[in-house]
Amino acid sequence: MVRTTKISLAVAALAGALSFSSIAMAADPHAAPTPDRQSWTFGGPFGKFDQAQLQRGFKVYREVCANCHSMSRVAIRTLADEGGPQFSDAQVKALAAEYKVKDGPNDSGEMFERAGRPSDKFPSPFANPEAARASLGAAPPDLSVIAKARSYSRGFPMFLLDAVIQYQEHGADYIYALLNGYTDANDPNWNAYFPGHKIGMAKPIDNGAVEYTDGSPATLQQYAKDVSAFLMWTAEPKLEERKKTGLRVMIFLLILAGLVYFTKKKVWANVQH
Amino acid sequence: MSGHSTYVPSSAIGRWFESRLPIMGLMHSSFVAYPVPRNLNYWWTFGAILSFMLVAQIVTGIILVMHYTPHVDYAFNSIEHIMRDVNWGWMIRYAHANGASMFFVAVYIHMLRGLYYGSYKAPREVLWILGVIIYLLMMATGFMGYVLPWGQMSFWGATVITNLFSAIPLVGDAITTWLWGGYSVDNPTLNRFFSLHYLLPFMIAAVVGLHVWALHVVGQNNPAGVEVKNIERDTIPFTPYATLKDAFGLVLFLIFYSWFIFYTPNFLGHADNYIEANPLVTPAHIVPEWYYLPFYAILRAIPSKLGGVVAMFGAIAILAFLPWLDTSRVKSAAFRPVYKVFFWVFVMACLGLGYLGSQPPDGGYVIAARILTAYYFGFFIIIMPLLGLFEKTKPVPATIADAVLAKNGATASAH
Repeated sequence: MVRTTKISLAVAALAGALSFSSIAMAADPHAAPTPDRQSWTFGGPFGKFDQAQLQRGFKVYREVCANCHSMSRVAIRTLADEGGPQFSDAQVKALAAEYKVKDGPNDSGEMFERAGRPSDKFPSPFANPEAARASLGAAPPDLSVIAKARSYSRGFPMFLLDAVIQYQEHGADYIYALLNGYTDANDPNWNAYFPGHKIGMAKPIDNGAVEYTDGSPATLQQYAKDVSAFLMWTAEPKLEERKKTGLRVMIFLLILAGLVYFTKKKVWANVQH
Repeated sequence: MSGHSTYVPSSAIGRWFESRLPIMGLMHSSFVAYPVPRNLNYWWTFGAILSFMLVAQIVTGIILVMHYTPHVDYAFNSIEHIMRDVNWGWMIRYAHANGASMFFVAVYIHMLRGLYYGSYKAPREVLWILGVIIYLLMMATGFMGYVLPWGQMSFWGATVITNLFSAIPLVGDAITTWLWGGYSVDNPTLNRFFSLHYLLPFMIAAVVGLHVWALHVVGQNNPAGVEVKNIERDTIPFTPYATLKDAFGLVLFLIFYSWFIFYTPNFLGHADNYIEANPLVTPAHIVPEWYYLPFYAILRAIPSKLGGVVAMFGAIAILAFLPWLDTSRVKSAAFRPVYKVFFWVFVMACLGLGYLGSQPPDGGYVIAARILTAYYFGFFIIIMPLLGLFEKTKPVPATIADAVLAKNGATASAH
């Protein structure tokens, strides 16, 4: 009797604790809507970047985002890397030369400007965050790893299941939703998906802003999709290599597990345990 | 338990060396001839898994240090350099970052196994306390490691945790300033954390040495919770039996580990840590790594700052007193029907605290955290001492061999 009371007390306490937390979870009126999951070519265990999409996304970045945002941790040369936009070496060289890079000091102690080289990092549009703040009101975040630096809450139990279903594209989905989230025609700084809804970045891009040469639709949705994919690549340039290596590692480990299991079974066969 | 080694090297050079430094004999008696209970289950493979993880963390860590710069202006960029420019740098870094989590997954299973089967009870009190010390060192190491990438969570996590010391009466502020090496978390803090993050794993390795030594003196506990009475009947040699079982457990664990490295490498991290540390911008929610969350929930459950800090450290310290808090004469929960229930409720309470630690500290979350905190301490201070006096335990097998025979007999008759 004493025993059952104790157990039921313990269970009741636990149940009570959990129901309190579910009350707390109930509603947060200021919460932004959850971004929709998009289908990305780089999702899942066999995911790969769509090269043409990355090239389009780069164009959007260069013509729109790069006017305000830095991307200072990404080297221009990586545009030619395998598992990336894979521009040709000649294209990357020509592209790099279009940038002006501050270098120096030279032999006479002067700083000087020169044409960019593939080994340079993408030059920033402002000399420093203070200059950006002075000109724009707020310093735009650096875009190098933005797709990994943004996320949204999936809630219980999805946040646990995400590890199983390998959902890792929260950042790309958020950026896509954000770029499509300027839904108040009267307020360019209102965004449905930005926490608090007031975003410093006024609607940055609209239909027709960037010219595509591969026949893809020149729509906001397409731009948002392409640039989100591009930013996922800048954040995780080794994604393809990682997943490819992972498959080999998994196959190796599964075979090894089988071999070790049967060896163990054979060795233990003559032992009572 | 290691006993006298009968090992004789086969080569003349080996015999010459052995008579001067019997290290081969030590290895042989510790990892080949060492007798292990024949009834160990797969929960006992986590000792080997933890040894592997310690080595893996040290090896990947040493490689990362070759490319990392411990300076507030360069740390974040040097991590990106590792991820982008260093050959296989992304893999080493993801293996190290997720390796910390895997280390804690394994240590929590290892500790809960000890809790379930009463592995802390006599004669294993010192073995258990050494384990608690290792766990404490791991917590310190993991915390300092998380600061090194110098992301937003690194910085603000460090600020929150080091600020805890300011709760100490009279000298708190002086201690905090001393820890920081200044008046806030800054470059001196990063530098000393880096230094200590490199030092502590070797201290862990040393205590692990003592832990294994103590283990080899008293021998392993086992699912039946009865001591070895007859080496011939109750035990089998470590090699090949335990070695192969450990190897299989380890390979399965590596599959789990690799899943995180290669497929969901950032799942266990926080997105904010990909934003470079900025002392002027506080993140909306400051959360530590998942393995500290239960203790973080306990910290925030107590309404006073000093009380919270005492409760948080007390929640870990209390583990060291477990051998004397548990009054039951039966070790294994297999023969303790009531303890078993309280044990699983304890596991759920810890998971619940972990979830609450990740949520903002308001309203119902705090009330829930208080209830679970009360259970956490009540489990050790009230339930364990009383249960030993009142619980009606099931009959315990006389020997390990009897336990094995009873189990196999039961399976045979069931077929």
